Amino acid sequence: MGERLSIKTERDEQQLFNARLIVAAILILLFLLGIVARAYHLQVLQYDKYAELSREHYQKRIPIPPNRGRIYDRNGAVLADSHVQYVLEVVRDSIGDENGDGKTNLDDLDGTIQRLGKLISLSDKDLRIFRQDALRFKYQPIPIKENLTEEEVAKFSVNRSRFPGVSVDVRMERYYPLHEVASHVIGYVGRIDERDLEKLNKDEYLGTSHIGKTGAEASYEDLLHGKAGYHLVEVDAHGKQQSVMDEKSPIGGQDLYLGLDIKLQMTAEKLLKDEGRGALVAIDPKTGEILALASVPTFDPNLFINGISRKDYTDLNTNPDRPLYNRALQGVYPPGSTIKPMAGMAGLISGTIGPGTRVNDPGYFRLAGQAHVFRCWNKRGHGSVDVRLAITQSCDTFFYSLAYRMGIDKFSSYMSKFGFGSRTGVDLPSESSGLMPNPAWKEKRYKSFWYPGDTVSVGIGQGYWLATPLQLAHAATVMANRGLRVKPHVLRGMKVGGKQDLQLVKPEYLEPVKADEKYWNLAIAGMEGVMMPGGTARGAGAGAAYRIAGKTGTAQVFGLSGGKYNAGRIAKRLRDHALFVGFAPADDPKIAVGVIVENARGSGGHTAAPLARKVMDAYLLKKYIGEDGGGETTDATKPDAATPDAANTAPPEDDPHD
Amino acid sequence: MIRYVLPDWFFKVFQRVDPVLLAGLSLLVFMGLTTLFSATDADLDQVSRQAIHFTIGLVMIVIFSQIQSKTLRQWAIWLYGAGVFLLILVLLVGVQKKGAQRWLSLGVDIQPAEIMKLAVPMMVSYYFAEKPLPPRFLDVVVALVLVFLPMLLIMKQPDLGTALLIGTSGFFVIYLAGMSWWLIGGSIILVSVAAPLMYMFGMHDYQRKRIDVLLNPESDTLGTGYHIYQSTIAIGSGGFYGKGWMNGDQSHLDFLPERHTDFIFAVFGEEFGFVGNALLVGLYLFIIWRGLYIASKGEDTFARLLAGSLGMTFFFYLFVNTGMVTGLLPVVGVPLPLFSYGGTSVVTLMTAFGIVMGMRKRKRSYRQES
Repeated sequence: MGERLSIKTERDEQQLFNARLIVAAILILLFLLGIVARAYHLQVLQYDKYAELSREHYQKRIPIPPNRGRIYDRNGAVLADSHVQYVLEVVRDSIGDENGDGKTNLDDLDGTIQRLGKLISLSDKDLRIFRQDALRFKYQPIPIKENLTEEEVAKFSVNRSRFPGVSVDVRMERYYPLHEVASHVIGYVGRIDERDLEKLNKDEYLGTSHIGKTGAEASYEDLLHGKAGYHLVEVDAHGKQQSVMDEKSPIGGQDLYLGLDIKLQMTAEKLLKDEGRGALVAIDPKTGEILALASVPTFDPNLFINGISRKDYTDLNTNPDRPLYNRALQGVYPPGSTIKPMAGMAGLISGTIGPGTRVNDPGYFRLAGQAHVFRCWNKRGHGSVDVRLAITQSCDTFFYSLAYRMGIDKFSSYMSKFGFGSRTGVDLPSESSGLMPNPAWKEKRYKSFWYPGDTVSVGIGQGYWLATPLQLAHAATVMANRGLRVKPHVLRGMKVGGKQDLQLVKPEYLEPVKADEKYWNLAIAGMEGVMMPGGTARGAGAGAAYRIAGKTGTAQVFGLSGGKYNAGRIAKRLRDHALFVGFAPADDPKIAVGVIVENARGSGGHTAAPLARKVMDAYLLKKYIGEDGGGETTDATKPDAATPDAANTAPPEDDPHD
Repeated sequence: MIRYVLPDWFFKVFQRVDPVLLAGLSLLVFMGLTTLFSATDADLDQVSRQAIHFTIGLVMIVIFSQIQSKTLRQWAIWLYGAGVFLLILVLLVGVQKKGAQRWLSLGVDIQPAEIMKLAVPMMVSYYFAEKPLPPRFLDVVVALVLVFLPMLLIMKQPDLGTALLIGTSGFFVIYLAGMSWWLIGGSIILVSVAAPLMYMFGMHDYQRKRIDVLLNPESDTLGTGYHIYQSTIAIGSGGFYGKGWMNGDQSHLDFLPERHTDFIFAVFGEEFGFVGNALLVGLYLFIIWRGLYIASKGEDTFARLLAGSLGMTFFFYLFVNTGMVTGLLPVVGVPLPLFSYGGTSVVTLMTAFGIVMGMRKRKRSYRQES
């Protein structure tokens, strides 16, 4: 039927078909050009973007953390070391389809954890941390339990095949073999936290979990850490390593040698502990190396390494003796009479007094035209004293008068030259600057005038004046060095790789205190007198095998306005602090010491000076006081009970003393 | 010379095979196998299995190129009828795999939709061959019904991709038959209105998600967008000259999913770069051109319509696959023709080319000679 029609229209149909075909061909050409254009867009125009994306995909840097440097004392005793630790780790993506739902995902963890828990006890805390990390990392090993015991490692190894994706990794972990000893100097490492992340170079810390938090661990983090290495590996879509493309070995951190003599440190800590609370800083005056820096009570830094337990932390924090508080650096105390040698030097240098200037001490000092009296600790008075005798007998009246005549601005600026009121710049974190008051400060702080009476109390290290034990020890080195100032520091030197010689840290000299040699002789003679019969610490100085220069002090507990002593514990906390500064041997100083005993049983001469003497004996005569605790044996001579070295009170009050 | 050695029928048989088209197809097959070797990480088993698929395909080319237009025309209605019957059977008693009911179990699992890829254009061409062209409106409506019936049955399985391909091959016949431009324009408008409605009401969630991802692939790089994201990275990182054969990082490191089947174009693009892609598209264009050229030399209307629509359908496969892999079109399970691994697709496509060759006008000279 269609035969006739189709024959008739064969030509037309062919033409129609050809036309349609040509249109189709053109469209096809255009569409395929579209595909080519798209390829051009991806492969030529956006090549850089996609090449980068591709590289990110298949190249992975696996960081190799460097071994942290060790910390030693000056004689090579190990203070901080790293030891092997076993960590149980889980790679989430590799645990397999535990729950059999056809997918490997977060849900599969529960089964694995449950089975693991039967083998090795996992605490809630372990699991909480683990689950948080598991949300973020799919292909990386996530620690589920640290510090595995040998037994746990063995148990797991036997059952290893049952746990795909779970493995035991070996890590180096910090530990402090001496526990409580010198913890305020060494510091500790802890887990890297958000605040650390802001500061540190992330590339260097990719494989590192811990960072120095306090003490030398923190201030020398850069040296101790070393340089991280890496494996650059090719990974497939499942995060499995295919091949190593490049690698760089890590460079271990440097071994640090501190100036600490750990036996001296232990001696100091023992002695302070016997007295309750306090701080002691001993410095080698020639080099500025800190030989001992004790703040008692101390704490065990090992507790902090893997996050301190809540109980331990509460215990440390609620302890009224505040073990975490570094008294040597952060503790500020009225320096009391310990500053009298420096005050005397200031008077001599400034010409306010001469070597022969004498002041008559009737037992008190009175400002012209005022009824108020500032009492000397010795109510009977010292009679006519020159500067040397004033230091030896700790005559308050002499120094009231000296400060008053100098004027506060001059006095304050001279004392600043000895390092008061500013940080010494020691290489440990969170040092306090103390306070060297002057009228400008008082105006700013209290919006109040500076009264002449304020100056008078500052003259004997009271009033608003606050100093750290480190500043006191530093001031002692200035006296010992006759004006030369060396910045105190704990780092003595370092070794790289444990093979080279010790590279010593060069002493850093600060602006010296310039004075005539005879002035130094005079002040130091006054300090030597302190340790001899007639001096405030004659008991502590008795029988010494070397010459000692020192100065005692007693600081009234801040805020106590004269009045009643309460019985019991509170009263104990309100007792005066006993202080001492000094150096020895006086003719060739090898050790300078600053001591404070908080709420001491007795005065500076009674409590602090004998303690310092024992520390000097320990260092100079190697009479270390060890663990056997025979501390009291050398305390042969009891000082005369009638020679407390009193410190007078802050302005409006009179003599608060016993 | 050779004529004296080989039997006479041999030449008769091979005279029907178009050497130009065969050369183009062979080059494509060679490139396909080479890329497959890389995409399967040198899995010779898989490559040789694919080579067997191609060999079967070549046999089909030789066989179907012998079949004349008027013979094939008689088969059309039976093949179509059988196909529709089997599709209904699939919906009733089909085998279910991966949430879709597409297979019939007759000893081996067969997929009746595959038959329809050839049967639908044959049937529509057959219908128009009997009618005066350009077709009247009523004829177009009837032809559309012939297309939509199997399409709907396949969509019900559900297999949106195949339904789309089969429908398209039918529409190509209607277009080539001379459906008026007005009607074509009208349908395009209709489709563009219907598509959003379809998106909102007529789609499964997974299908809707694919379109969402297409519009914003980086929104979901680990879920549904993963395929597109990975394949664009693979292609883009290939750059101008490519990373070299067997050197594609994305593909060899397992980032690229389905890299030896639907996404093999990304492997090729990564390893041979823009140059390779341009050449490959050029080769496809050459093959399509040759197919359409043969169609224009068709024996009769049926031959022209069938050959032309098969050539255009081949283009459509290519476009949908490359468009998907380069991130221009949504993810639809369409293989790259004669490149992706898979026996059914290879055999069907090469059979189609055999049919195209067979549609060419017989040379009288041959008959006179014998």
